[in-house]
Amino acid sequence: MTTAQLPPKTEKATPRRKSADDQESSRVLNVFSHGFLILWAAMVILPVVWVMINSFRASGDIKSNPFGIPLEAHWENFAGAWVEANLGQYFLNTVIVLLMSVTGTMLLGAMAAYVLARYDFPGNRFFFMMFVAGMMFPVFLALFPLYKTMDNIGLKDTHVGLAIVYIAYSLPFTVFFLTAFFRSLPHGVAEAAMIDGAGHYRLFWQVMLPMAKPGLISITIFNVIGQWNQFLLPLVLMNRNKDGQVLSVGLASLTSEAGKQVDTGVLFAGMALAMLPVLIAYILFQRQIQAGMTAGALK
Amino acid sequence: MTPGRTLPYGQWRRLGRIDDIDLYEQKARRSMKHGKGLFVASFLVLPVGLYLWLVILPFIQAFQISLTDWSGYTTGFNYIGFDNFINMWDDPKQWVIPGFRHTGIILLVLPVIVIAMALFFAFMLNVGGRSQGGVSGVRGAGFYKIVYFFPQVLATAIIAIVWAQIYKPPTTGGLLASALQAVGLPYPENGFMGSTGLVLPGIIAVMVWSSVGFYLVYFSSAMAAIPQDIYEAARIDGASRTKTFFKITLPLLWESVQTAWIYLGIIALDGFVLVFMMTPSQGGPNHASEVIGGAIYKFAFGSGNDAGMASAIGVVLFLGVLILTLVSLRVTRRERVEF
Repeated sequence: MTTAQLPPKTEKATPRRKSADDQESSRVLNVFSHGFLILWAAMVILPVVWVMINSFRASGDIKSNPFGIPLEAHWENFAGAWVEANLGQYFLNTVIVLLMSVTGTMLLGAMAAYVLARYDFPGNRFFFMMFVAGMMFPVFLALFPLYKTMDNIGLKDTHVGLAIVYIAYSLPFTVFFLTAFFRSLPHGVAEAAMIDGAGHYRLFWQVMLPMAKPGLISITIFNVIGQWNQFLLPLVLMNRNKDGQVLSVGLASLTSEAGKQVDTGVLFAGMALAMLPVLIAYILFQRQIQAGMTAGALK
Repeated sequence: MTPGRTLPYGQWRRLGRIDDIDLYEQKARRSMKHGKGLFVASFLVLPVGLYLWLVILPFIQAFQISLTDWSGYTTGFNYIGFDNFINMWDDPKQWVIPGFRHTGIILLVLPVIVIAMALFFAFMLNVGGRSQGGVSGVRGAGFYKIVYFFPQVLATAIIAIVWAQIYKPPTTGGLLASALQAVGLPYPENGFMGSTGLVLPGIIAVMVWSSVGFYLVYFSSAMAAIPQDIYEAARIDGASRTKTFFKITLPLLWESVQTAWIYLGIIALDGFVLVFMMTPSQGGPNHASEVIGGAIYKFAFGSGNDAGMASAIGVVLFLGVLILTLVSLRVTRRERVEF
């Protein structure tokens, strides 16, 4: 970090010379700033490393010395988490639900957004505003009536039911984001395709969707992460189907007072298993994920 | 196929076939009109139907339920006017008032801390470096950005479990309390989540931990849009880093800060998952970490058994969000700087 202290080279332009006091205070600030940067990085990395290390240790060791390193690798923690604590099943359930819900969200979201963005018809503005308004509603308010609705039609405690609820609650943002995206696509191509005899449906599937690919990728990443992290909806809508539960709520049941008490080593292995796929995906695709989530979340 | 038939509009014009352009446009317009109504309807019916059924309708029903005494699990109920809205302020279970108070505290504290930290980090990582010539971030900026953002992709449920382990008392292997004990500093005997004074700050700290990275990346992309020569000029004039930040960066980022504020407000209202998973009796000890989402959940699905009350609290929350959004948009409004 010493190079940061060098005065700027003089051949470009001559900065006003700083007083000794200025330099001193700037050095203090510099040390403080870098110290803080490193500290925060450690605060993010250490818990993750701690979980990974403890996932190999026996329960008693973790409790007696939380800082220790594993003397021998307790692989049985992982077997316990995957099979006995049912994480394998929870993983599978989450993947099944997400396959349905993300596909459905993208399909319905793209269809609605495309029509709202590129076709002029009475009520267009109204439908758009209706979707946008949904971003303002706190889910808590709708939770109980939603629970009753799903119960009445027999879709509570089912993966299909959970998936369609995810779709409905992901639509406002997806439609909002993709409408802006479809509006930005050039009109000339669509016209040319129409002249060539493509119908509305073919125009959408074969011309407009491929052109919207960058926007679709961003919002897909956003929805995958958002729906993977869902907690409140599965907690309520799958409350009677313990074996069908998704990963986030399944993990929570490992620690809850009411649930079965799980061995601490197994709990750490469970955390490690739940973190690992996310960590790997993040390291591989961190650029796309950062872009997708920030472009997606804040427009 | 006649030659040139598929040429895009611009190329037709360049070819000078002026007469044909009208024809081209007419044809395009006519084919766009053909079957339009049916197409629009077929694409809208599913998304709009699903949305009306599972989002809009439950919201309307919630307003209706808030005016009843329905427990949620009986067949009959009576309309009792606004009684729920009055009775919630005199709640013997002590969920509602502490809930509103703590949510209010989170709403005030969380955005300030997160935005201040994210701005500081973003500034350091983008323009904080003072190497010869040019404006750049400190060394290792790319690495810091990757690390800081990571908690954002972790599920809140996992974050809650990890931090619950960190906050545990030293006797059961809590990381933080054990570390404090090891260096001889005072530590909470029952763990951080077991202490009435530390439970809420502890929850807020986890919320800060998980969201700073996101806003850092968000502010970074906004900072990247600020032209380099503005910083160059400030540097040549001998402006310090602190001065550069307050006189240049912050004013130019104001719109992003405003957006971040609103989003963090929404996150602040959503502290329920952490409280639900980390604190004793989901809001304890002794109601020191009740949040409003938790109160709604416990009335509707927990031991509260009062769907009418849950909905009434939800309505108050909704109106609060609406008012806060409008007020904060108005208060923070400033002139927009074009560059």
